[in-house]
Amino acid sequence: MTIPISYYLILSAIVFFTGVMGVLIRRNIIAILLSVELMLNATNINFVAFSHHLQDLGGQVFVFFALTVAAAEVAVGLAIIIALHRSRSTINVEEFNLLKW
Amino acid sequence: MSQLFFGYFAGMIAITSILVVALRNPVYSALSLLVMFFHVAGLFITLHAEFLAAVQIIVYAGAILVLYLFVVMILNVTQDDRYHSQWRIAGVVCIPLFIESILLLSGGAGALNTGSSSLQSEPHEAITANNTLAIGKTLFSTYLFPFEVASLVLLVAMIGAIVIAKRDIGERDA
Repeated sequence: MTIPISYYLILSAIVFFTGVMGVLIRRNIIAILLSVELMLNATNINFVAFSHHLQDLGGQVFVFFALTVAAAEVAVGLAIIIALHRSRSTINVEEFNLLKW
Repeated sequence: MSQLFFGYFAGMIAITSILVVALRNPVYSALSLLVMFFHVAGLFITLHAEFLAAVQIIVYAGAILVLYLFVVMILNVTQDDRYHSQWRIAGVVCIPLFIESILLLSGGAGALNTGSSSLQSEPHEAITANNTLAIGKTLFSTYLFPFEVASLVLLVAMIGAIVIAKRDIGERDA
């Protein structure tokens, strides 16, 4: 008994929109980066589900590349957070308004 | 049986991803993200992507999440005070999009399931029993150039992270 592909799409949509909500409503910049990770994982679930559905390995290879980009994004993002915390001694995003119009 | 496993993994993924956003302490958020990564790896195993399940646990749970916890401990943030004042905008953006996607999926689900034979491309690299071997062959033949570009991305990210986060040499004196 196989699972229909739409179930995976619904699960991925739930996780993705949870990530979007997190990016929009959290004030802690670390929680915002964690929500970005949620969104990346939602796309990974979609890729693997379609790779299984179409019996094509291209989806799994793209998950591999998405993982690479996620690791790079985390390294640079956390470095930026450390630099910000060093200059402003806070990680609340409402305090960072230097680049706001 | 597979439906049971899918239900368990999907339920845990949904619950823990909501907990990541809802919990106030960043350490608890990161730990529930860890639980979510393990369940996503389990979902990958039920989809016969064993190599990706292992990589998911090693890279996400082993490297990325440790980095997060490290930074949380360095910055010593215990409590996040409140939610952002943008939550109305977030609700307006997310809830219609979510309902729309559910409607699209429920409308197109039957077509997607019955018409899967038309979607089915000819399996030039079919998923065989030896998942890691097949992924390696695909990665080093068809996707060789993106693989090299990915290594360049990692190098640039490493240099960038070091340059951004390092303290300037004369900064202590100034």
